[in-house]
Amino acid sequence: MTDATTAPSRSRDLDKLLLRPGNLVGPIFDPGTQLREDLKEYVRILVVGAGGLGCELLKDLALSGFTNLEVIDMDRIEVSNLNRQFLFRLEDVGKPKAEVAAKRVMQRVSGVNIVPHFCRIEDKEIEFYNDFSIIVLGLDSIEARSYINSVACSFLEYDSDDNPRDITMKPMVDGGTEGFKGHARVILPGRTPCFECTIWLFPPQVKFPLCTLAETPRNAAHCIEYAHLIKWNEVHGGKAFDPDEPEHMKWVYNEAVKRAELFGIQGVTYSLTQGVVKNIIPAIASTNAVISAACALETLKIASGCSKTLSNYLTYNGVEGLHIKVTEFVRDKDCLVCGPGVLIELDTSVTLQKFIDLLEEHPRLLLSKASVTHRGKNLYMQAPPVLEEMTRSNLSLPLFELMGKATKDIVHVTGIENKDDKKTSCLRKLRVVFKGIDGIMDMDMAGGA
Amino acid sequence: MAAEPKTKYDRQLRIWGEQGQTALEKASICLLNCGPTGSETLKNLVLGGVGSITVIDGSRVEVGDLGNNFMVDESSIGQSKAKCVCAFLQELNDAVKAKFIEENPEALIETNPAFFTQFTLVVATQLVEDSMIKLDRICREAGVMLIFARSYGLTGLVRISVKEHTVIESKPDHFLDDLRLNNPWTELKRFADTIDLNVTEPVAHKHTPYVIILVKMAEEWTKAHGGSLPSSRDEKKEFKELIKARMIAIDEDNYKEAIEASFKVFAPLGISSDLQKIINDNCSEVGSNSSDFWVMVAALKDFILNEGCGEAPLEGSIPDMTSSTELYVNLQKIYQAKAEADFLIVERRVREILKKIGRDPHSISKTMIKSFCKNSRKLKVCRYRLIEDEFNNPSIPDLQKYITNEEYSVAMGFYVLLRAVDRFAANYNSFPGQFDGEMDDDISRLKTTAVSLLNDLGCNGSTLTEDLISEMCRFGASELHAVAAFIGGIASQEVIKLITQQFVPMSGTLIFNGIDHKSQVLAL
Repeated sequence: MTDATTAPSRSRDLDKLLLRPGNLVGPIFDPGTQLREDLKEYVRILVVGAGGLGCELLKDLALSGFTNLEVIDMDRIEVSNLNRQFLFRLEDVGKPKAEVAAKRVMQRVSGVNIVPHFCRIEDKEIEFYNDFSIIVLGLDSIEARSYINSVACSFLEYDSDDNPRDITMKPMVDGGTEGFKGHARVILPGRTPCFECTIWLFPPQVKFPLCTLAETPRNAAHCIEYAHLIKWNEVHGGKAFDPDEPEHMKWVYNEAVKRAELFGIQGVTYSLTQGVVKNIIPAIASTNAVISAACALETLKIASGCSKTLSNYLTYNGVEGLHIKVTEFVRDKDCLVCGPGVLIELDTSVTLQKFIDLLEEHPRLLLSKASVTHRGKNLYMQAPPVLEEMTRSNLSLPLFELMGKATKDIVHVTGIENKDDKKTSCLRKLRVVFKGIDGIMDMDMAGGA
Repeated sequence: MAAEPKTKYDRQLRIWGEQGQTALEKASICLLNCGPTGSETLKNLVLGGVGSITVIDGSRVEVGDLGNNFMVDESSIGQSKAKCVCAFLQELNDAVKAKFIEENPEALIETNPAFFTQFTLVVATQLVEDSMIKLDRICREAGVMLIFARSYGLTGLVRISVKEHTVIESKPDHFLDDLRLNNPWTELKRFADTIDLNVTEPVAHKHTPYVIILVKMAEEWTKAHGGSLPSSRDEKKEFKELIKARMIAIDEDNYKEAIEASFKVFAPLGISSDLQKIINDNCSEVGSNSSDFWVMVAALKDFILNEGCGEAPLEGSIPDMTSSTELYVNLQKIYQAKAEADFLIVERRVREILKKIGRDPHSISKTMIKSFCKNSRKLKVCRYRLIEDEFNNPSIPDLQKYITNEEYSVAMGFYVLLRAVDRFAANYNSFPGQFDGEMDDDISRLKTTAVSLLNDLGCNGSTLTEDLISEMCRFGASELHAVAAFIGGIASQEVIKLITQQFVPMSGTLIFNGIDHKSQVLAL
């Protein structure tokens, strides 16, 4: 043990936690300087999102003993970010968030390396995500969380008794905020519920019925949505509405005012128009700070075992007094995403094309435009065009051959899920079993072949 | 180059509005000690556009500070910490006036108590018990709001100390609409009488707003039941069945809404027990020194006892509901008119009271009284004990309850230990586990200190676990960045609630539990 009193070290405070044994710690905890060095050397963390949570997360993680960080975000900095995204300055407006955030944290915390990725999360190969020890999510959309969750869960392998193999488990720490409220959660795929197991925690957004907008508007929001969803198309025909175009927004506002006057409705303002049209979620620095700090602390605990971990969902509410509550949710045993995978039984003669068609009709999947990978090898890719061309010839070959004549194995497919009139990009893990060979019972469940 | 404040602050203006923002921009905040806990607290306030900050810290930046404080870097080593932190904070928002004083906060508390009177609010971080008590007395006397924040290993605390904080705009998430369905006033009843629920025209039938459906159904029910409303479970069920029976098509959303909202008919008449407590408070007997809030409460009390017939002024807004535009807008007007009438009565009473107590009858603005009336069912009064009183005379029943309740016992343990480490430091000149090599001795010393503290508080048979005591020694007074960011985040949020006078600040001491996150607010 190093003597903190004699050697001044940046790690002065953190060392108390990492170098000293404790009783209320995680099972993997092995205190000492080696642990501290291992966190620097071997632990790689991806922060998804460089917004209100992401900026805080990068700072918190950089000051929690981690030195290998990467951050991914597709957005550019806007003026309205500056009240909370403290790594950005007025002169940064218009620049990619990921790049500026990474640069600022590296400038202030020496020894930390942050690699920025200015792109959509779907643009990265699935394998990109497998490179990280822990994935930390600072997002504001359900779709993006759902996607990262499905990617992280796709790495999870199950043994022959359907028990998850710990070594393939990709931990996630997820945070979210809205005004004075927020949540932080730890997802250990296969052990604790994944995002999809508890998707009901995020109720679907309420949309106004079109007939209300068209015939019986009652409040300002109805008038705004009428102008935005109905009137815009009537007047502008094919021209797409762009919420970031001030002229478009002003037009919608003016139309909403006219409609409100017509019906004797009060309360249409420009600010409300923006709020309704862009579905703006109010956000403040303090809540982001609290939730990110909880997420960073849990990340440190997962990586080091220096204390017990959150089990498994924290809700925070600062509206009336202060309420912090921990709930232990349970896994959905039939979860499509973190379970052992959807079982697909096929004849050995089924071609890759036929297989892709089957996924679209499969009642649990409803997956169109599928790209297929097997053990990291692209069998068919819908995009980019180069890859599509390279893999196109596989479509006519039997999947059994393409999978190296394995009688059963895991296949990953990405595509568009079409459920409840909603299209979302997703990744699904499938357990493909070929019928009628080597003792596999031919249950003749059809399968289309 | 300056950004348009409206755009820059857009996401927070949607929470606390222009009024809240103006209050923030007028506030001057003093920070004691700018370690990570203090720095992070101020960061969140500077970003939000607080008026001015004064950072007070007498220490110089050491290498160890670089590992837990984002606001210092290599170039800061050896320099004044207050200066470096202040410079970084200024970079975040040039609309904020930022200054620093290189002085030890403890010394300032001892030698210059008058210094603190210039601030709206003091954020005191990482102070030990003795200084907390002294500063608390100073601020209480000067009427300066105070918040304590402390990070200590994987635990920490946040505690507000203000004599009294009153809130008009408490903005609760969920609150029963003020619709008076079971007690309609004349105009609402008359309007309901003009509408026939049995209209046969399907479009009209499905566009009758649920407020009208429920007012009429409630009236029908009371007529048939000797003037009483549905009260038993069976009666409530029957009431819903009666509504359902009126539907003429399965797609009538207004009737579905009526069934869902039928609980609003069963709501008790009169004001809530919380509001009752406020109007019965001694402060509602106003004098020349009473605050505007209590003058308005006095007027509210008179209204409730007289014109209001036991009810508060009508709020005046109605939720969205399936309806024709015409009926909805008319209904809105009826609610607004009644709210306006109620307001005028309260306003008159406010002016009379002001005159009676020798103040300018127009010293409280119309807007203020209007907002007070609109929010009168949601008023909040928060009072905080002096730290010294809590420390010397904690509520014993609450203490016992927390110690024995599994949900609270770890937080209670940390509460006791956070005080015990200060006693320890007063005796041994260092915190338990602050230095390596003395861990075993420190653990037994801390245990003795904590047990004697519990005895002093009148709690025998300490239930502090050995594990928690060892853990506290392991922490060794460290200030971890993530914990400091958490504690600082909460402290800044409470500052915002106090300054904007919106939402409800927390009531007791928040004890952070970074082990499993089962943090608790303890009211002692």
